[in-house]
Amino acid sequence: MTIEPPKTAPDLSSLQIPDGLPRIVIEKRSGWAAFDLKELWAYRDLLWVLVGREIKLRYKQTGMGVAWALLQPLLAGLIFGALVYFARLPSGGLPVMLYVFSGLVPWMFFSGAVQRGGTSLVSNTQLITKIYFPRLLIPLSNTLAALLDWLVTMILLVVLMIYYRQAPGLSLLALPFFVLFLILAATGISLWVSALSVRYRDFVYVIPFVMQIWMYASPIIFPVRLIPAKYLFFYNLNPMVGLIEGFRWSVFGHSSLTFQMFAVSTFTSIFLFVSGAVFFRRVERTFADII
Amino acid sequence: MSHPAIQVEKISKSFSINRFQGNQYKTLREELLSIPRQIFGRKKASDNKECLMALKDISFEVERGEVLGIIGRNGAGKSTLLKVLSRIIEPTSGRATIYGRVGSLLEVGTGFHRELTGRENIFLNGTILGMRKAEVAAKFDEILAFSGVEQFVDTPVKHYSSGMYMRLAFAVAAHLEPEILVVDEVLAVGDAEFQKRCLGKMGEVAKSGRTVLFVSHNMNGVEQLCTRALLLKKGVMAKHSSDVRSVIKEHLFGSSDQEPTTEWVNSSGEFQNPWFQPTRFVLTDEHGNKAGVPLSSNAEVWIQLEGEVRQLDPALTVGYALYSEEGHLLYWSYQTDLAEDQWPKIEIGRNVLRSQIPKRLLNDGTFRLELICSLHCRQWLLEPGVTAPSVFFSIQGGLSDSPLWMLRRPGILAPNLRWEKT
Repeated sequence: MTIEPPKTAPDLSSLQIPDGLPRIVIEKRSGWAAFDLKELWAYRDLLWVLVGREIKLRYKQTGMGVAWALLQPLLAGLIFGALVYFARLPSGGLPVMLYVFSGLVPWMFFSGAVQRGGTSLVSNTQLITKIYFPRLLIPLSNTLAALLDWLVTMILLVVLMIYYRQAPGLSLLALPFFVLFLILAATGISLWVSALSVRYRDFVYVIPFVMQIWMYASPIIFPVRLIPAKYLFFYNLNPMVGLIEGFRWSVFGHSSLTFQMFAVSTFTSIFLFVSGAVFFRRVERTFADII
Repeated sequence: MSHPAIQVEKISKSFSINRFQGNQYKTLREELLSIPRQIFGRKKASDNKECLMALKDISFEVERGEVLGIIGRNGAGKSTLLKVLSRIIEPTSGRATIYGRVGSLLEVGTGFHRELTGRENIFLNGTILGMRKAEVAAKFDEILAFSGVEQFVDTPVKHYSSGMYMRLAFAVAAHLEPEILVVDEVLAVGDAEFQKRCLGKMGEVAKSGRTVLFVSHNMNGVEQLCTRALLLKKGVMAKHSSDVRSVIKEHLFGSSDQEPTTEWVNSSGEFQNPWFQPTRFVLTDEHGNKAGVPLSSNAEVWIQLEGEVRQLDPALTVGYALYSEEGHLLYWSYQTDLAEDQWPKIEIGRNVLRSQIPKRLLNDGTFRLELICSLHCRQWLLEPGVTAPSVFFSIQGGLSDSPLWMLRRPGILAPNLRWEKT
């Protein structure tokens, strides 16, 4: 092996080190940390690469790949549709399948994003202990990757709407707004859960259970009008009620959406997102120590 | 004029180790159950916590273009120091200032995923290491050529041989262009060819004037590459100097005021294992008495290993590794080196094995012996350079009976060989 050791310090004058090298100070931070948006921006490529990785892995690791992404919501829709049909539950003047499916589309995105985002840090231990990058990118890339599943279910919904000859109205323009709030809510909860599950591993097991209960507390099978009036106020505190009914409204032009639902869900989504991000930021520096 | 690349001022890092050692995380259940205990009980929460000081008041400075080797035994805090400087973990106190972008390679192939193809992994790994996507794309062909796995670029890396995997991973890392490169033990894995390549690439990086921080157990590599070395002992900086050789020497032989010892006794009950738990490692004369130093090259010297065996394993190999003063490995020797019928029989209970160092083989100088032990091809029980305990001895005189060979000759070995006329 012949490697010439640098005998003398290399001639630095020939070296192209740009002036104003980034100066990084490493010390203990305490308390609440500000967001380093500049840094997040510098790592934007990594975000997209991670999103790409999530999507590729999802479709490579399951044998049926894309078929599975179609089949899963379809089967869930059929089962829930049958339930609504045979139990003679009201479906808000819509064909049963359309009613059920328009609830499942926002819900499946939400629960998928939360479950993937929530476990994302724990399942990426290897990355966290071996390299530095803004940790926020891990749960964020997972919730964003869930958008692809949402798109697939959206296509199914469009097919169903064509089948039932149900045309959307002008209210469709509000759809991006509700989707945005869905993303905010899902990301916010993902940030909370992923950060907490680094310290408390049993969170990972609690989440599927909580999501199951949450689903029945949302207007997917049981419509809002079945809720007794005296409980309606509490029911509406669930942000998913407003988001799902809002989604229905924007697609079909009518639903049980009320102003209270709307206000609660938009406020809660923003609150979850901001508080989640702040909490995440506060605890992220200890991740590598305890994960 | 000085161009500092890294300034470290009194960095300390402590980890809290709770009772559930190995598990840093708790479960929510444990936490909830401990609340009443914290309120009503005598025990305070802090009683459960013990602190492990991984780094204590480390201060040093590295100039631009220097290659700093960080050495020390396992658990000395080398990796912790690199992790602090790579911003993976936060120091408990102190501060470090870094001028320039840092590329850290604490592992070969961080973020690699088995299911993804070579191409996908290059982009993934490159961006994780801090490159922009366009940068990776621009260097893609170069990376691929360097790795030598062109034909398999669209094959999932799970089908790669481990050698191909390592080459691809290192190729990405080698094309990073940060001002400061932090490398941990990359050379410990891979074959000789791969290691040679890694060292070569790091030499290039250093020559181009970038700063390299390099943790290794490979003393030859450290000596060849580094312009400065830092020795950590149990989290404390034991020595830091641009005289790399002296730092290596202190790491291998202890500080100069410490007598080289020809005997190691496992007094603290380390290396618990059922196959061969070493109890003593000693240099003796022909009668089994502990040998004093210095020894004559012509003296009869035996290496004696003692250990407890509770479970027999046919793959057990016990022996020693011999190193020169500069840390060059001379050879390994195991009790299983000859034909099988000549192996000493290992039995349950206490075993004492010995082997003679050939007379008039070694030159004048100081040597280090490591007690090494493994289950052949399965696991190290005492790994050379990592966990193995050491003894030292020196040889002075007695090199030859020849009237023309009185003084020390150059070289590590000084064998007396026969010459004949044909």
